[in-house]
Order: sequence, then structure tokens, then C-alpha cells
Amino acid sequence: MKTDAKSIAEPEDDSWFASDAKVYPMAVKGTFRRIKWAILFITLGIYYFLPFVRWDRGPNFPDQAVLVDFDRARAYFFFIEIWPQEVYYLTGLLIIAAIGLFLMNAVAGRLWCGYLCPQTVWTDLFLKIEHWTEGDRRKRIALDKQPWTTEKIARKGAKHFLWLMVAWWTGGAWVLYFADAPTLVKDLATLQAPLAAYVWIGILTFTTYSLAGFMREQVCTYMCPWPRIQAALTDEYALNVSYRYDRGEPRMHLKEAKKKEAVGEAAGDCIDCNQCVWVCPTGVDIRDGSQLGCIQCGLCIDACNTIMDKVDKPRGLIGYDTDDNMNRRERGDAPVYRIIRPRTIVYTLIIAGIGFIMLYALLGREMSGLTVVHDRNPLYVNLREGAVRNGYTIRLYNRHKQPEEFQLSLAGMPEGSRLQVVGVESQASSTVNVEVEADTTREIRVLVFSPKGSNLPSSSPMDFVLHDPQSGETTTISDFFRTGN
Amino acid sequence: MADHNKEVDKVTGVETTGHEWDGLKELNNPLPKWWLYMFYASIVWSIGYWVLMPSWPLISSYTTGMLGTSQRAEATAEYAAAQTARAKTGEQLVEASLEEIQTTPKLLEYAMAQGKVAFGDNCAPCHGVAATGAIGYPNLQDDAWIWGGSLDDIAYTINYGIRSGNDDERYAEMSAFGRDEILSEEEIDQVSNYVAKLAGLQPEEGVDLSAGKVVYEDNCAACHGDDARGMRDTGAPDLTAPNYLFGRSLDAIKAQVNAPRHGVMPAWVDRLDPATVKSLAVYVHALGGGE
Repeated sequence: MKTDAKSIAEPEDDSWFASDAKVYPMAVKGTFRRIKWAILFITLGIYYFLPFVRWDRGPNFPDQAVLVDFDRARAYFFFIEIWPQEVYYLTGLLIIAAIGLFLMNAVAGRLWCGYLCPQTVWTDLFLKIEHWTEGDRRKRIALDKQPWTTEKIARKGAKHFLWLMVAWWTGGAWVLYFADAPTLVKDLATLQAPLAAYVWIGILTFTTYSLAGFMREQVCTYMCPWPRIQAALTDEYALNVSYRYDRGEPRMHLKEAKKKEAVGEAAGDCIDCNQCVWVCPTGVDIRDGSQLGCIQCGLCIDACNTIMDKVDKPRGLIGYDTDDNMNRRERGDAPVYRIIRPRTIVYTLIIAGIGFIMLYALLGREMSGLTVVHDRNPLYVNLREGAVRNGYTIRLYNRHKQPEEFQLSLAGMPEGSRLQVVGVESQASSTVNVEVEADTTREIRVLVFSPKGSNLPSSSPMDFVLHDPQSGETTTISDFFRTGN
Repeated sequence: MADHNKEVDKVTGVETTGHEWDGLKELNNPLPKWWLYMFYASIVWSIGYWVLMPSWPLISSYTTGMLGTSQRAEATAEYAAAQTARAKTGEQLVEASLEEIQTTPKLLEYAMAQGKVAFGDNCAPCHGVAATGAIGYPNLQDDAWIWGGSLDDIAYTINYGIRSGNDDERYAEMSAFGRDEILSEEEIDQVSNYVAKLAGLQPEEGVDLSAGKVVYEDNCAACHGDDARGMRDTGAPDLTAPNYLFGRSLDAIKAQVNAPRHGVMPAWVDRLDPATVKSLAVYVHALGGGE
């Protein structure tokens, strides 16, 4: 886009309109490329193979380590079992993820975008396949320009076939987290799996294929909100992939630079070879400075270092650096790296705090408990001999892996009050033993009778107490006893 | 428009519509490609839809499409599927005794859910959504039962009703002591005040309660019992209970002695299936008043 005065004054010179140019990233070797490969293998390895990891939970329980079981309404993560009402753990994880993103940004910019984001990881994999089938940047540009030949069809066909295979397997792995993986794989292969499984595989095959194959950098520049938020959150001390313009400018070709140096004129280290632009997966020029399109993957660092080695200049013309240090060097000061500063400390404390709260809540979870709902209509019933009855709906939960008999009793009611559970015979009038099946809840209707002539006020506080003999836990829930007085 | 020379705006590279206002020209931006392709895809889709699915209205019918899809048929099939799914538990309910249903958690849970819905559909119009009754319609929450509050009693009442005309109905009728001139007006005043006192109401001043007691013993005790606690064999209500079927006041008592009203509970045996009746009995029993 040209915005200089000339083109505004004379618009007929050329159009301001530019279609998106297709990006042909060049393959590159180096430290950051190796790091990215390692992360790709680890993250995709976890994603594709985690559903097959087994974890023994005893008979009648799924033995899949990570499983979201909609039928049972349970989520399993190794030794943790989450019930639907505990979705707040997910909230905690999301808060940690968000603050984690902020922390990464405060330390080293778009670490997430460059190395961990699924869009980046799958695009990397798709680019590698493109490289295998169609060759490197120059070959691909040439291939796109040449007319359709058998070779072009074969190369393009092979690429799209492999892309679709990866995309299909991506969707396939997703559904394995929602059912017993080996069984589902068998069912999928024999066309016995539920329709929803095929539909989800189809949807995710399509999104993976289109996002990693075609949309690529457009996802980062147009669709993703994080670059905008990231730019607002960053500061001058965050490490970013930076072109050290103080060292690189004025840029010029190598021969020209040697001539200038021979006559004692200034020449920058940048030899304007454009390698950094060609390797960039989003097609930006890092020498324009930090920008929205830059996902900070570090591949331009690898490309530039390779060239610097060849021309016998020190590495690091492009590297992780801070805005502050650029300014410092221009002033002639020594660079300073401030990883530990208020915002990184605050983010770390928030992450640690939320993590601690979650862990505390998780470890302190009780094996049994109850919820109580007082009848809303009628609030109380007057009985013949002057007694009053209140009705409650109580849900008991049993996290034990075997059926348990809990003791439900009353507290805070006058002497002679009676507790009755519909459908449960009981000898005692104040304590009722209720059996609850393994790993589930049971709803019971509970009737509480005040003693005759007790003349209680319109509302008096009382407690339901649940004792779990297996774990020794006692849970108390406060409610009220209502009368017409 | 089409035949004059196309003018392309240099700055944006977009054709103009040729409209101009004070030097401002309107750009003729094309529709976004993705939008256009979606539009074409929708057209293709709709053609396939016309062929396969019901779509075009005709004079007296409609094109049914090659797949023969019908939402009415789907709904019927779903209803049948739901019935089949319910049948298994329904059979268990029919086979089990009411006591077994109440003491088997799975059956109880099912019966309570079914009973609650069936109560709302069939019983709530008279007995109220909370089963607390109204004037003329008994309160099913309390522990005063005219015909008995055991599971079997409740199920019997639901099945055959009260004064319902069914062969097995529960039947009772109170004499119209005033209208049929069995008792004098003074005697009715006396006995009504006596009963009001039993019910815990304030009797009128200057009324001879001992005379009322004599009238009660001669005329009422046979059905309502010497202690006025009612008798289930005769369907006579407890006169000491906190809830009166036709109103708990002296005037209401007088009116009832003079010319009693009798409500009707329909027989449900031919209108509800046995499983539903059992669920209703368990549900009503579980409200709290059950014996």
C-alpha cells in the first residue's frame, strides 16, 4: 500500500487497491526451526495419541485416561473425575490460560502465536507437506504459474490428498476424547459409530483443511482477536523478534557495502537479501518493525543468522530483543533485560493463586453431600392433632466407587420432631439410613413433622445433617421449618 | 448503464455506478466472493431440496418429494418410540405392588416423575397444582382422609372415583336434614354450634350446646362417629380436622347440615392406564399425607 504524497496527488498513477498476495514461505534451518519441530511433535503427539492412554478406575468405570463422557455426565482426567456441577474448574483453567497468555506476552511477545497456537502448528505441518510434494518456494511459485500438466496435477493432487488425510485424522482424534477410543475407532471403521461422530469428523476435517491449507496467515491477521489485544498489552521491556535497525541500517547489497566501507562511509549489516521476508509464514517484512502480521515464530532469525554466517558478520541482526534496548543502544547504553518486573510478578502471582485455589478445592472435595430444596407450594401443612409438616426435596450424592448407606438426620428442631424419607423404612424417628448407588446421586422426598402443640414461629432455622460412615464426613445444610403462625 | 463506458475509480480500483453528486461518485463494489458462492450453493441446494423433500403446495395437496419425509409421521414415530421406551418400566410398575414401587428407588423415581406430570394433567384442575384442594375439593396434602389414605385406598379412589357412576364407585350421601325437614331449624342451629365447637370454632352465644350434643348423637354419630373423627366405611369426614371440605365456618356447617353438597370424583380406570394410576397413587401418597 502506497501512502506517499505523490500517489494521493496523482491517483491515476496506480490503484490503492491490492488483493491479498499469496505467501510462499521458504524452508529454513536453524535453532528456532528445530524448536518449532520439537513443539510440533510434542503437541500433535499428545493430541493424536492421548485418547489411547489407559487409566484403571476399577470395574464399571471407563479406563480411558482423558475422557468427556456425556452419557454418564462425567469428565475424566487421569485420577480426577469431574461432575457436571463442577464446571467451575473449567473456568479456573480458562483464567489460568488467559493470564498465562498475558505472562508469555510480557516475557517474550507472541510466544503462543509463534510456537503453540494450533493454527501455527497445523499450518507448519501443512507447509511441510507442501514442501515435500511441490518443492520449495521458487518451485512452488513456478508450479503455480505453469499450465496444468500431468506433473502439476500429480503434485497438487498428492498435496491435497495428504492434507485431507491429516485433516481427517485431526477430526478423528477429536471425537476419540468423547468415547472409548479403541471401541470408537473400530466402530468408525465398520461404519457402526454414531452419526454425531462422523459429522464432527467432517466438520473438523473441513476446518483443518481450509484453515491450515488455505486461510493460513489470514487467520492471524484478520480472524484472530489476540494480535489486537496483544498489541495493547505489550510494553517496551517485552522480548520481541526484532530487526536491530541500529545495526542493520543503512541496508545495501554486499558489494555496495564493501565499496562504501572502503571509502570510510557507513554501511549497515543488512545486505538486503530478503531471506527474512521469504521464510516468513505470514509474509511480513520484519525490518518494518513489530507489526500485527508478525506471529514472532523466529524463522527470520534462523534465516538471517545463516546469511550472517556466510558473509562473516556476527549473528543476531534479527533476534529476540526489546524496544527499550534498541533505544539504549542508540544512546550508547548497554542493553538491559528485565524479565522480572511488576507485570510478570503480578501475572505469576495470579496464576499461582488460581492454581492454588483450584488445587485446594480439588483436594478438599467431599465424597458425599446433599442439596436441599424446601417445598414452595405448600410451604407447610397443618395436620389433625396440631402438628405441622414441611416437605423437602433432597439430593444426596455419593462419589464412592461402591454403593453407600448414609445417615440423614435433623438438627435444630424441637424434641419430638420426626424425620421421614418417602420409600425408606426407618426405626428411628430422627435419623434415617439412605442408600445411594455408586458414583451417582439420589433424589429423595423428605418430610419433617414438628411435635404436636410445639407452636413454632412462622420460620425457624434448622439443619439437615448427612453422615457418611465410609469416609467419616459429615455435611450440614441449613434450611427452615415453616408454620402458619 | 451497461453500454456506456465503464468508469473505474483509480484509488480503489473499483468500478463506479456512474452516479455523481458534487464530484462524489458511488462505487459499485461487487458482492463479496464468499457471499456470492454461498448464494449459488444455496440455489443448488434448493433444487435438490425440491426434488427430495416436500416443498411445493398444490391445490389440495403438496409435492411429497422422493424421500417421502413427513414431520407428522416423524412425530408419530417418536411418540411410539417414547411409548416403547417407557413400556419396560411401565410393565414393572404394573407388576410391582404399590409398596414395592415405593421402596424400590428406581421405580419410585419413575413413579414420582410420571405421577407429578399425570397429576398436573388430570388432577390439578380440581385439587390444585400443589394438591392443597379448594372448597368442595379435598386437600390431599393433609392427613385427614375421607375414604382412607393408604396406597391401596388412594389407588382405589383414583380408579373408581366417588359418586362417579362407576359400578365400583365409593358412595355416600348425607341426609338433607333441613331441606327434608328431618330436623327443625333450632335443632340445626344447636347441632351446628356443637360441631363448630368440636372443630375449634367459636359457637354462637345463647345456643344450647348440650341439646346440640343430643341432636348429634341421635342423627350424626352413626356415620361421623361418637368422637366425630369420621368413619371411612361410610365416607363421613372427620369433623375435628383442620380442613373442612365445604368450608370451616359456622355458616358453612349450617348450610351443609341443612342441604349438603356432594362432590364427584370421576373414575379414572377407563381413562388412565394402570401404570399411570399406580404412579398417581404413589405420588399423592408421597406428598406427605399418605398412611
